[in-house]
Amino acid sequence: MLTTQILYALTGCMIVALGLRGALLHASVLQRIVAINVMGAGVFMLLIAVAYRGPGLPPDPVPHALVLTGIVVAVSATALALALVRRLHAEQEDD
Amino acid sequence: MTDAMIGLIALPLAGALATLLLPRSATAVAIGTGLATTVAAGLLLSGVATQGALHYEIGGWSAGLGIALRADGLSALLLMMTALVALAASVYASAYFNTASERARFWPLWLLLWTALNALLLSGDLFNLYVTLELLGLSAVALASLSGRRAAVAAALRYLLVGLLGSMMFLAGVSLLYAGYGTLDLAALSHMVAPGPSAWTALALMTTGLLLKTALFPLHFWLPPAHASAPAPVSAVLSALVVKAAFYLVLRLWLDVFATVVTPAAANLLGLLGAGAVLWGSWHALQAERLKLLAAYSTVAQLGYLFLFFPLLLALPSGPARDLAAGGLVMLALTHGFAKAGLFLAIGVIQQRCGHDTIRQLDGTAQRLPATTFAIALAGVALIGLPPSGAFLGKWQLLAGAVETGQWLWLVVTAVGSLLAAAYIFKVLGHAFGHRPYPNQPVTVAREEWPALLLAGMAALVLGLSGAPMWKLLELGI
Repeated sequence: MLTTQILYALTGCMIVALGLRGALLHASVLQRIVAINVMGAGVFMLLIAVAYRGPGLPPDPVPHALVLTGIVVAVSATALALALVRRLHAEQEDD
Repeated sequence: MTDAMIGLIALPLAGALATLLLPRSATAVAIGTGLATTVAAGLLLSGVATQGALHYEIGGWSAGLGIALRADGLSALLLMMTALVALAASVYASAYFNTASERARFWPLWLLLWTALNALLLSGDLFNLYVTLELLGLSAVALASLSGRRAAVAAALRYLLVGLLGSMMFLAGVSLLYAGYGTLDLAALSHMVAPGPSAWTALALMTTGLLLKTALFPLHFWLPPAHASAPAPVSAVLSALVVKAAFYLVLRLWLDVFATVVTPAAANLLGLLGAGAVLWGSWHALQAERLKLLAAYSTVAQLGYLFLFFPLLLALPSGPARDLAAGGLVMLALTHGFAKAGLFLAIGVIQQRCGHDTIRQLDGTAQRLPATTFAIALAGVALIGLPPSGAFLGKWQLLAGAVETGQWLWLVVTAVGSLLAAAYIFKVLGHAFGHRPYPNQPVTVAREEWPALLLAGMAALVLGLSGAPMWKLLELGI
């Protein structure tokens, strides 16, 4: 089942690359926030693949804990980013 | 001494919650918390000086499952600088914010930022470092946007996105390391990491992410607007401490965890980027029309000097010469922290008392605010690197290392950068000394002017004259 693990890891790396490309190239702030979240999903997928220890064995809990913490951080950071975007947008409408 | 380590994280965290719950007495609570945290930092520094590096496992859970804290000479010195700079900026902030609602929003975020800085400097494993980097980034962004003005919000948003991108790259590197070595503990990794494609990729990802956060040229584009549009006490801490935290991590990774992986060519690349930062940042500081923008571009330049040390440290064989160079690096980082914080606070005083920070219209500032002008001059002494400032000692070691390893380019860059720094500092002072009547007392607004003066004096006078014990302390680290 090693190939499944590698498949997951490679997919994770590709998602990271896609997210990174989007974060660097998109002009719109909203698209960039989404792209950074996509990149985060890729990193989390990589970590989940890392946790696999072979058939019948329980997965390594440490990467799972990292993913959970990472999701909490990503959600809070996205919330702050969206709040700032809304603030900017509201001021644009005032002008 | 482990109590001091816990106190450094628990005290500001408790203070942040207390200021959130008691907005009316927030200022008193925050200053009290700041004093207690500074005492804890002092205790830790003296503990590290007498007992050597300290290690503590929270709740008795060993590394791998639990959270390990560690402190050596380098982190103890940076924690002490953090405490002194943040305390001085807190005193200043207590006079800076006028309305109760401003204060109620400022203090919890401020103390959270301080908590994140302390936790980052004490963390001994990579995942904690990722979490503390994010905590630091989030509180710094919120503080930078505090004024609510359009320019500040736009700069804070860009700061946040750049920071998130940097953190994600760092986390991707962390997961590669965990996949390869099965541990996140820095000390364990430093014995295990071996050169190879996975280690190189991890190093490249983590370094790029951190360079974004520490704003090394050409990844510095977000720093000048964010630092220049934040409230003065926030700018001081962002420039003096927050960018240094990411730099501290680069230093740890390159000289400790990845010591066997980094190559002279990679270190030369960091040195070249540093040289670009020195020249580009200094030139733009000279062109700046506003004081805050000048100070922000000067931060870009001063961070560049720190990266000039990497090729030297890699070329020098371990021994007294390398220890001196490493000490010079830390001395330069500490001096810049105090000097830049002092400069930003002094600019804040001018901005509030004169209603602007346009360099051309500073005429008469020396007569109106003599102590603040003196603080700018003292901070300038440290930024240029004149004796007896700590930066003089740091740059001296930089030049000595460059001569010893025959890397002449860094010598030229340092000389040109210092001349440009002299030019932008004297440009400000030249405008500040116009002809106006002198007041009776040099310090006109004590609570606002003393913090800047003390920080700048620390950078220009105290650090340079007390260098020997610091070098001794650093023998334990790096």
